[in-house]
Amino acid sequence: MPAVSAAQVRHVAALARLSWDERSAPKLVGELNEILAYISKLSELDTADVPPTSHALDLRDNVLREDEPRKGLAQAEALADAPDSEAGMFRVPRVVGGQ
Amino acid sequence: MTAYEPVIGLEVHVELKTATKIFCSCSTDFGAPPNTQVCPICLGMPGVLPVLNRRVVEYALRAALALGCEVEPASQFARKNYFYPDLPKGYQITQYERSYAYRGHLDIEADGTSRRVGITRINIEEEAAKSFHGTRGPGGAGESYAPPRPSPDSPESAAGGGDEGEGYSLVDFNRGGVPLIEIVSEPDLRSPEEARAYLIKLRNLLLYTGISDCKMQEGSLRCDANVSLRPVGQEQLGNLVELKNMNSFRSVVRGLEYEIKRQTAVLEGGGRVARETRGWDEGRGATFSMRSKEQSDDYRYFPEPDLVLLRVDQAWLDRVGAEMPALPEARLRRMTQEQGLSEYMAGVIGADPLMAAFFDECVKLQGAGAGAGGGEGAAGVGGAITPAALANWITGDLARLANAEGVEFDALPVGPEHLVDLLRLVDAGRISGKMAKNLLEECWRAGQAGEAGQAGQAGQVGKAEQSGKDRPVAPLPSAIARGKGLEQVSDEGEVARIVASVLSGNGEAVASYHAGKDKALGFLVGQVMKASRGRANPALVNRLVREALGARS
Ligand SMILES: [Zn+2]
Repeated sequence: MPAVSAAQVRHVAALARLSWDERSAPKLVGELNEILAYISKLSELDTADVPPTSHALDLRDNVLREDEPRKGLAQAEALADAPDSEAGMFRVPRVVGGQ
Repeated sequence: MTAYEPVIGLEVHVELKTATKIFCSCSTDFGAPPNTQVCPICLGMPGVLPVLNRRVVEYALRAALALGCEVEPASQFARKNYFYPDLPKGYQITQYERSYAYRGHLDIEADGTSRRVGITRINIEEEAAKSFHGTRGPGGAGESYAPPRPSPDSPESAAGGGDEGEGYSLVDFNRGGVPLIEIVSEPDLRSPEEARAYLIKLRNLLLYTGISDCKMQEGSLRCDANVSLRPVGQEQLGNLVELKNMNSFRSVVRGLEYEIKRQTAVLEGGGRVARETRGWDEGRGATFSMRSKEQSDDYRYFPEPDLVLLRVDQAWLDRVGAEMPALPEARLRRMTQEQGLSEYMAGVIGADPLMAAFFDECVKLQGAGAGAGGGEGAAGVGGAITPAALANWITGDLARLANAEGVEFDALPVGPEHLVDLLRLVDAGRISGKMAKNLLEECWRAGQAGEAGQAGQAGQVGKAEQSGKDRPVAPLPSAIARGKGLEQVSDEGEVARIVASVLSGNGEAVASYHAGKDKALGFLVGQVMKASRGRANPALVNRLVREALGARS
């Protein structure tokens, strides 16, 4: 039976860049454990003869595209929904790692 | 004191030179204005579906075959989750638990011995976008953008310790979604020199397969290294440091040398090497800590539900193998054993895949010409143009011109058809070897002038890129020779007339020849050549002058 700890909730929230209220930790721990318990019902099934499944569609054939260029969006269209832009580029908060 | 042994493994990212991106039909051409080769898929808009590019798979399979990998009948794409502005979806599509190729190898020569380096696996994945960093200063925004991360697919640098301080970044998604393969080696390398040998061998091999430009400076080939030290004789590996930001073969060697020294000092001081990611600072000649390993490495990979399994059967693999250009070893053997090239010439050509492609094309053209009936007539006069003769010109005069002008063999102003045409003129006795050298240079200049003219009327950019190399536009040497009246005069009547006129004008020399001075013969032959402006067939001139003088034999 899997169990989520408060530390794991904190870790996952940090990885997902989620801001959350630390006081809700007990509630989230409880809810996440309930979800895991529900999902783990699946492990009661005998899957010894079932090959691992990666996709709901069991396609035998590849789905491929030919390598032929097609016109995409114009610059103005690409930037239309950007909160901010400059010099034809998306303008975002500065994020530089390690320097 | 304990002696330590470095243990090195390399991760090499190679950009595939397909016409379109990996999961959408946007062009991959260089140099377009920012965000003009984008679409809802590579911009990570909600509700879109990626569709895999067939050529990406075929190029990736070429790499697998070249490296002797086992190709999986079914492989799977996965999402690698991390947050960075150059990754619009919040994840990179890559391969994780089920890569398409495993267990290959690359043989390298280092310190005079040959060693086999294992290839753990190869993944197919997508490139990140390019970001530029600026700060708001007195000069206003956009004054000085400097690419922050020369290895744009190194998400690790973003995962922890990100500084979201002042300033901002600008993102161009034109490169986002360009296909990559990631080639992961076993930790089989034991020195920076071996790492270098591995990289160069890998680069040349991949160039042969034609799947990438493999230019480290331009980022189409990038290298990260895992390096650790252990006491000599110990089996277990020491704590591993991942090294990034090395942008040339030289910086890989320097970065590894520095890191080995640093780790040795830590161990000899009784310390422990921290497991971390470090960056190489070329300017300072040192590595710096980017983040500790414990801090992240948590990409929450999971199977990409938007893509079905990639299935490769033996028939497809065989087809890809059949279409692949010959690999270096096989090619070297063919050049020395079947085509009669010296070890040296084969070595020169074999070391440069672009030169080798040029050579192959020449041999093919020459073969086609001989088959069309030229072979019979030439019998007895000197036969067909041999691959060795072609190689001689390629590694000699052409390589000299290419070096002087700093152009690669896939972008010469003259093509294989020019060289073959030129050698046919020589072979048929229509021009001398000396004239051929001049004619080649003339042809080269004409080609350059033609290129300059063409560049003015750009157009059809996408098409030119796709077809690979641009066709040289220089006129053929035979056309130039004809136009300028440069062809050798082998007409006996015409040469005889020149000989007669030269002899009658040089009575003194004729007399001194008859007086026993053999030297005068050479002088008279020279005068005839001069009178013909170098065009007379020298062998014919020699014979006719001797005959006219009633020469002693
Ligand atoms: Zn696109």
